[in-house]
Order: sequence, then C-alpha cells, then structure tokens
Amino acid sequence: MKDFGLENRKYVIAGVAVAIVAIYIVRLFTLQIMSDDYKRNADSNAFFKKIEFPSRGIISDRNGKLMVYNQPAYDIMVVMNEEKGHLDTTEFCNALNISKEFFIKRMDAIKAAPGYSRFTQQLFMSQLSDKDFSIFQEKMFKFPGFYIQKRSIRQYQYPYAAHILGDMAEVSPADIEEDDYYQPGDFIGKLGVERKYEKVLRGEKGVQILLRDARGRIKDRYQNGAFDRRPVPGKNLTLSIDLKLQALGEYLMNGKIGSIVAIEPATGEVLCMVSSPTYDPRIMTGRQRGKNHRMLNLNPWKPLLNRSIMGQYPPGSTFKTTQALTYLSEGIITPSTPFSCNHGFYHRGLHVGCHGHGSPLALTSALTTSCNGYFCWGLYYMIGNRRKYHSPQEAMNTWRDYMVSMGFGYKLGIDLPGEKRGLIPNAEFYDKAYKGSWNGLTIISISIGQGEVNLTPLQIANLGATIANRGYYYTPHVVRKIQGMPLDTAYTTRHYTKAPEWTYRQVVEGMRGAVLKGTCRAANRADYAVCGKTGTAENRGQDHSVFMGFAPMENPKIAIAVYVENGGFGAEYGVPIGALMMEQYINGKLDDNSRKKAEDFHDRTIFYGKGDR
Amino acid sequence: MARETDKRPSVIRSIDWWTICIYIALLTFGWISVCGASYTYGDTDIFSLSTRSGMQLVWIGTSVCIGFVLVMLDDRFYDTFSYIIYGTLLLLLFATIFNPHEIKGSRSWLVLGSLRLQPAEFAKFATALALAKFMSTFGYSIHKLKDFAITMAIVFTPMVFIILQKETGSALVYLAFFLVFYREGMTGSVLFTGVAAVIYFVIGIRFEQIPLLDTPTSAGKFTVLLLIQLFSIAMVLIYCRNKALAWKMFFCCMTATAIFLLFSIYVIPFDIVWIQLVTSAILIGWLLWEGLGSRIRNYYLIVLFALGSMAFFYSADHVLNNVLEIHQRTRINVLLGLDDDLARGGYNVHQSMIAIGSGGIEGKGFLNGTQTKLKFVPEQDTDFIFCTVGEEEGFIGSAGVLLLFLALILRLIHLAERQPYRFGRVYGYSVLSIFLFHVFINVGMVLGLTPVIGIPLPFFSYGGSSLWGFTFLLFIFLRIDAGRNLIRK
Repeated sequence: MKDFGLENRKYVIAGVAVAIVAIYIVRLFTLQIMSDDYKRNADSNAFFKKIEFPSRGIISDRNGKLMVYNQPAYDIMVVMNEEKGHLDTTEFCNALNISKEFFIKRMDAIKAAPGYSRFTQQLFMSQLSDKDFSIFQEKMFKFPGFYIQKRSIRQYQYPYAAHILGDMAEVSPADIEEDDYYQPGDFIGKLGVERKYEKVLRGEKGVQILLRDARGRIKDRYQNGAFDRRPVPGKNLTLSIDLKLQALGEYLMNGKIGSIVAIEPATGEVLCMVSSPTYDPRIMTGRQRGKNHRMLNLNPWKPLLNRSIMGQYPPGSTFKTTQALTYLSEGIITPSTPFSCNHGFYHRGLHVGCHGHGSPLALTSALTTSCNGYFCWGLYYMIGNRRKYHSPQEAMNTWRDYMVSMGFGYKLGIDLPGEKRGLIPNAEFYDKAYKGSWNGLTIISISIGQGEVNLTPLQIANLGATIANRGYYYTPHVVRKIQGMPLDTAYTTRHYTKAPEWTYRQVVEGMRGAVLKGTCRAANRADYAVCGKTGTAENRGQDHSVFMGFAPMENPKIAIAVYVENGGFGAEYGVPIGALMMEQYINGKLDDNSRKKAEDFHDRTIFYGKGDR
Repeated sequence: MARETDKRPSVIRSIDWWTICIYIALLTFGWISVCGASYTYGDTDIFSLSTRSGMQLVWIGTSVCIGFVLVMLDDRFYDTFSYIIYGTLLLLLFATIFNPHEIKGSRSWLVLGSLRLQPAEFAKFATALALAKFMSTFGYSIHKLKDFAITMAIVFTPMVFIILQKETGSALVYLAFFLVFYREGMTGSVLFTGVAAVIYFVIGIRFEQIPLLDTPTSAGKFTVLLLIQLFSIAMVLIYCRNKALAWKMFFCCMTATAIFLLFSIYVIPFDIVWIQLVTSAILIGWLLWEGLGSRIRNYYLIVLFALGSMAFFYSADHVLNNVLEIHQRTRINVLLGLDDDLARGGYNVHQSMIAIGSGGIEGKGFLNGTQTKLKFVPEQDTDFIFCTVGEEEGFIGSAGVLLLFLALILRLIHLAERQPYRFGRVYGYSVLSIFLFHVFINVGMVLGLTPVIGIPLPFFSYGGSSLWGFTFLLFIFLRIDAGRNLIRK
C-alpha cells in the first residue's frame, strides 16, 4: 500500500512548514530587534501628551500701570461621535447666536480637516466672551457631545499704544516651521512687543503624560506623573512708555497723519511712540480680530502702519543740526564763520530759497533762524574742499560716516518689529544716479534735510536725544524691565557719534536761540529751558510740519520728535504739539492754558483727500 | 484512576504524549495572551467569569474534557460514523446560511441561548474525516477523474456554504486540503501553479508602475513574463526530461530579451513587453511543434500552463480594479505597500506591527503592554492575538510560540506517516495542513506579510468554537493514532 515515492513528499511539506516559520522568525527579528522605529511609534501612539499652557507675562507702563493682562475665554469643542443626530440645531444656533448655514459649514469643515477623528474633541468655535459663554452654558446640557475648553486671551486695559503693544493671533504654518515649540491652534505675538518679546512673554509649556486608547480616550496618568513637566509662566514686562504721555500724544494727533516719538536721553527709553491714525488694541482680541484686521488693512490711511519706525520722511530743517556738527568737526567752519544769505543760496545759477533774516550770519544765528543759505554753503565748501579730501566722493563718504554715526541710514535696533532704516546717500549712490558727474551743487538739498535724505521719526527723536546728551545716545527701546532678567546689553551701551562734545554745545546754543527768538518761540516756557528746531519738509503736496527738541536744556529729561504730514510750517503743528508733550512729561500735567490749547489741537484736522497714504 | 488505566492500558500508553505536552503548552501561552489582550486597567481579577480571560479558562477546561472524551471513544467510531458526522455538519452549515443573527456582518454564528457557536469551526474535522474515509476506500486513485471529482466535492461543498455565510476567511482554510492531496499523489505542478499565480499577482501589481531601467517598460510586467518563460522552460526540463531542448529554448528567449533590452536602453527606448509577448508566442508554437512531433502529452500541458499564466496575469489587474470589493482591494493594496493610508485600510496591520515591534527582545512583561492594553489593535484577543505575544513576551516569546507550532506540525507529520492505513494518514495530514494554514495566514497578517484574512490562531485566539474545533481536530487524530497498535494486535 505504501508508495515510497510519495512518502518522500513529507519532506516537502515539512520543508514548507520550516520555511514559513523561519521567514516569520526573521521578520520578528527585524521588527523587534533591528528597528527602533516601531518602539518610538508605540510611544507616541499610547502616550497622550496633554499640554498645559503657561500664563503669558503681563505688560505695564513705566509707572506700573497695568496695560495688558490675560482674561479667560472659552472654546466650544465637539466630539462628533457623541453629537451624531442628537442635536436640536435651531436651539443650538440660537444659543450661540449663529446661523444654521454657519453651523453646517463649520461642521463640514471640521470633518474635512486633516487629522480629524470623530472620537476626539474638535474645535467648533473659539474664544467666546464671558457673556456669550454664560448664555450657552445654561443650555449646554441639551447639547450632548459639546464641551467647553477654557483658555486665556489678551485683554487691553486702555485704548492706547496699539502699535507698541501689538497683538496675538493663531500661529501660521510658517511660524510652526520656524519654531517647533508651536502646534496648530497655539497663539503667537504678531506685532509690537507681543511679537518681539514672544519668547520671554510666552513662558514654557508644561506637559502631562497620559495613557490613552485607540479611540483617544484618556485612561490613566503615566507612572503617576513622574515624567510630567509643570508649565513655566511667562515673564512680566515693564514698558518705558509713560501711559499719560502716550494718551496725550494720541489725543493731540487726532485727525492728523504723523508721529510723535519721545525718548529719555539719559537711558534711551522711549517715553511715547504715537503713530497716527491709530486704533483701539481691544478690537484685536477674540473672535472679531480677523474681521477688524481686514477692515484696518483696507483703510487708505493705513492705521496698521507704525509710522514712528516704518515711516521714512525727509527730516527738513531739523537735519541742519547734523550739518552744523559735521562742518564744525571737519573744520569746514568755525563757530564764527559767516556766510551770506540774501533770501537764499545763489551760486552758478542754482537757487535755494530762504526767508528774511539778517545777513551775513554765524552758526548759532543760522540755526536760530533756520537759514537755508548757511548750510548750503557749508556743504558746498565741504564737498568742494580739495585740500582735505581728494575727491567729492571722499568728502561725500566722510559726510555719510557722520550721519551713520548719529544713527541714520541703518536701523537703530529698537525692540519692535518692522523698523525701517531710512536713507542716507553715499558717493556710490550719486555716482550711479548721476553717472559719476556730480558735485556739491548737485546734491545741495541734502544739507537742509531734503532730497534723498529720509529718516524715521524715531531717528529724528534719537537725534534730539543725542544733542541733549551732547554727543551720545543709547539705542532706543520700549521695554524698560523684564521680570527676573537683565535688559539686553545692546540697550545699555552708549553710542558716541563722530562729532565731539564742543560741537554739540554750539548746536544746543542754536536750538536754545530758536526757542528764545527764532522759529520755535511758541515752545518757550518760564519754568524750564526748552531747546528746539523746526522743520518744514517740502514734498509733493502741502509741506510736512516737523519739530525736534528737548528739555530742560541742562540735565534733559525728554527729547522729542513731532512729525505731522502736510501740517505746513514747523511752527504750525510741530512746535505747539511738542511743547505740550514736554510740559506733560516734565510737569506731570498740563496747566489750564495748555489744556485748552490741547483741546484745540485735538479738534484740528487736516484734510488729506481720499487717496492712499 | 489506576483502575481505569488498567481497563484501557493500551490507549493511555500508546497515545502520543509529546503532542499532548505541546497542546498543553500552547493552551497555557494562549491563555496568558488572552489575559494580556483583554485586560483593562483597574480590572484585576483575571479569573472572573465576567472577563474574557476568565471565560477563556472555561473554554480551555471544557476543551480538555472534550479531548479526554474523544480519546476514550473507540477508534473505529470515527471511521464508521465519518460520513454521518460530515452530513450532519453540512446540514448545520446549510441551515446557518439562513441564520437571522448577523454578528459583524457575518451569519456564521449559531445562537443557542447564551451559547454562540460557529459551525464552520467544526466542519473542518468533519470534512477531514469524510475525506479520509473516501480516500481510503479500496481502489481509490486521485488520478481517476470520478474519484478526483468526488474528492473536490467533499472539500468545496462546505467551502461554498461558508462563503454564503459571508465568512470568506474561514472558507479559504479548506484550500489547506490541497497539501493533503499533494501527499496522496496529486501532481506537484498543481501546487506549483498555485504558488506561481500568487507570485505573478504580487510582483505584477506591486511593480506595475515602476519603469524598468529607464525604458518605458513596466518592471512588473517584464518580470512576470520573464518568470512565465523560465517556469515553462523549467517544466520542459523536469516533465519532458529533454535537457537539450530546454537549453535551446532558454538560450533563444534570453538572448532575444537581452538584445532588445540593450537596444531599448541605449538606442531607442520602447516597451520591451511587446518583444516578450512575441518570444512567448514563438515559445508556445515551438512547444506545440515538439508535442506534435513527439506525441508527449506533457508538452501540451506546459503550453496550457504558459497560456493560463498569461491569461491569469492579464486578468488579475482587471479583477483587482473591477471585481473585488473596496475593502478587499484596500487590503491587497496595503499588503503590497501601495496604500499608505494608515487611518483606513492599513490601520490594523500598522498598529499590530507597532505593537510587536515595541516588544523588543524580552517584551514588556505580562500585562504590561501599552499598545494592546490601550486597545490600539482591533480584534486583539481574537485574530490579532499574536500582537500581545509580540509586545509582552518580546522576540524570545513570539519566536518560541512559532517554534512550538512548528514542533506540533512536524510531530504530526511523523505521526501521520506512521499510520498503517490511508484513513489515518489522510486525516493526520488534514489536521496538520489546517494548523499550518492557520499559522501561516494568521501570524503572517499580523507581521504584515500576508493579506488580512480573519481566521484565528489555533489555541491562542479567544473563543469557544475555535478552541473546541481545534481540539476535536487534534484529539480525534490522537485517538486514531493511539489505535494503530491495538488493531495490529
């Protein structure tokens, strides 16, 4: 019966069995011993890392007045699996004050989102206010599957300083790409201090390691929390801003486009930074942020633009101070060198107009009267000086070095995002523009702060602070103190300019004269000595009104720049606004007379037309 | 006990204790795994009847009793009643098709009060008995058409009934009987054709979209056509014993393919599959010519193989995309690495591989696995039970379990071969083939090597029906084996 040929087939069958088991054991070996991937995968699979959000640092002004704090807000979460088919949609929509279309659209969007799971909580609506939340909470028992998640949102105590404080918004994919600290749904500072000091303010997230099952349900704490990390709260910031001064500045700039920047010369602390038009920072919180942001973006006056550091303007006659410093330092003039001016600068057919004043005149008088002719001659002689400089190019670049040493042409490095550098031309710039054929006359207008020269209001204010310090400045900054942390040394180092102290004394004389008997007479006061310089910057439309000054003359407490677009003469808007600001800061309040004047300026609006600014 | 032993000394002495030891070892490991897989935090009493581990203990106890009873019955009982048992089970299977209770989309469960049984699990041993009985009749030959047809009918009737219960996985187990037919004389080329079909399918679908060496040729198609040619030529060598012809054919096919491949790479790129089709056609014509000349039937059979292979391969793609249901297509795509969507079809297999991979060498320890404990792996105490072994017992434990199964199968081959009659041998091979098929498919799918077919791992997966079914299968054979000496006496 036995067929021995067939009996050998038992070896084939046994061989198949052995081969299968051998292959499986090799596979087990590669899965369990050769590769680490699966172990790592298993960890992220079973461990649910519950993020505990730290409280964000609060922000106060230089006098300790609370400006920004955190307030609880409520997110509405939904677990689709529990919600399914049990919802009275009409009642639900009424409770949340939303339309049925919104509800349907939102639910579809949740389901279509990547990583969607019907077993875990999905964000239905974010940042409900206290009021909306309390209405919803009363009826919540009727809506199975809906949950509340508490989180905190930023609140602003005052409607001021929107550009400095900035705001927060949900992180963009680019933010996450840049810093893996963030996860979708996190909030990040988008503008102002909130953005620049994001890492200080945000603190450190904590994590609770929990065990969960495949449906996302939390089962237990892993090893009783042995590996949990507590969140580290963010650090509080004290700004250098004086809230009252900032408020007054915004009040005065109502109806005008422009900027006010005030700096404490002894420290470089920014006392106020007004950019007009501005907006109420409180509209940039919560769910209306997106809508309001769009609205502000469409406004032709560009209220979102922080003109104090992003606006680049011709500085006008305030720039003459820098010219005086340069000519004196380079020995082009001495304090007593006279230049003539007969209603302006006439030379080889070129004419730069000036207004009526005595002639010839020396440096301090030239500053006091804001004489154009004097400074044009100065630049003309400097560029043309072949004994001192080999070429106009060398003279030009020496001039440029002075300007850069005063903080122009490059970013000053303020602790706010988006600062612009302005423009200080150099020899290469003109070689290119005029194909190498240019001389002192070609570029004469830069000596009076016109032409190619552009500064930000912050740079103009910093010029005031440098003159007040007689030759040095600290990099301006808006944060005065960080809780438990020293300030960056960049903000505590003096920067000396190329002009020596004695040249500054001459300029201070001239600026004092301008207040006593020159263009800034309106800023003169009996209780403290003000120094100032007006500017009337020509441009395509009505002139810009500029003022740069500081007070008191000795031991200055405040240096200020006022820039009012299309405000006319410097004396028209710049000087009176600057005077009021200095009074407010030095005296802590305005006297009755000044208060009336402030009201008057508050009501004055400039007609800008309908075009984009 | 001593008295009983005296009464039936020969059964107790001649039963194969090795197999029983392996059986008990597998049951023990199985129970430990069910504990691990069904355990949830805060649930400490693994013996409680309200837990699956407690219930599995009940099934194990009853199985041991069943095994004891089966061994105590007279061995002629199985021979005598095999057709009756088979007929009864067929009726039961047929009745189950119209079962109103549908559990997880399957009608295979028969609900008797609190007891739920799957007749399909018991039909295996019944089919094995009927097959053994029929194949041991005097004068039976698998090469006789009538005998072969009846043999096929015995296997395919329960298979069709089970498919009608929507339990395709359990039905596929009946393919294991082909291993028995092979042992009993079926030509090996039938098995080989089956294996070749699987190879064509896997290679053809997996590499269809991948170009071959910068030519506009599908690497999958090229490889499959090359394999068909090589297999055909190898058959000429083996079944026609014509070495010279085989070499000539090999040389011609390969030279033609190589020349045109080089031409396609370096001169003008074109789809070389056309050349392969032409050479294949020439090859087939050549074989037919040889067949006509020599009058050897095997040439025609090889032609049939080659044509069938090509027809199968070209229709497989069509079947995959147009005939199979979505979930089946997904499973195949996942297996071939063409579908990476882990949240959908690939989820089970991916999760089970994570669970096993995280076990490392020694495992995380009894009841310490996080993956299985937290219910990441679906069906983890039934079809995916091997995950728990991998995670909690590590490489040592899971390899040990596989070796235990291998030991069981090899031992059963030994037992089957020592049977004096064909009845015992056929039944023995049926038992070991079924075990082999279950282990092959079940462990393979957990390791991501075979498609996901929902069949249990013998003695491990939770459930009374499967445990009882495997116990019936094994202990009837042990009783038949124990009777080999008694009869001789």
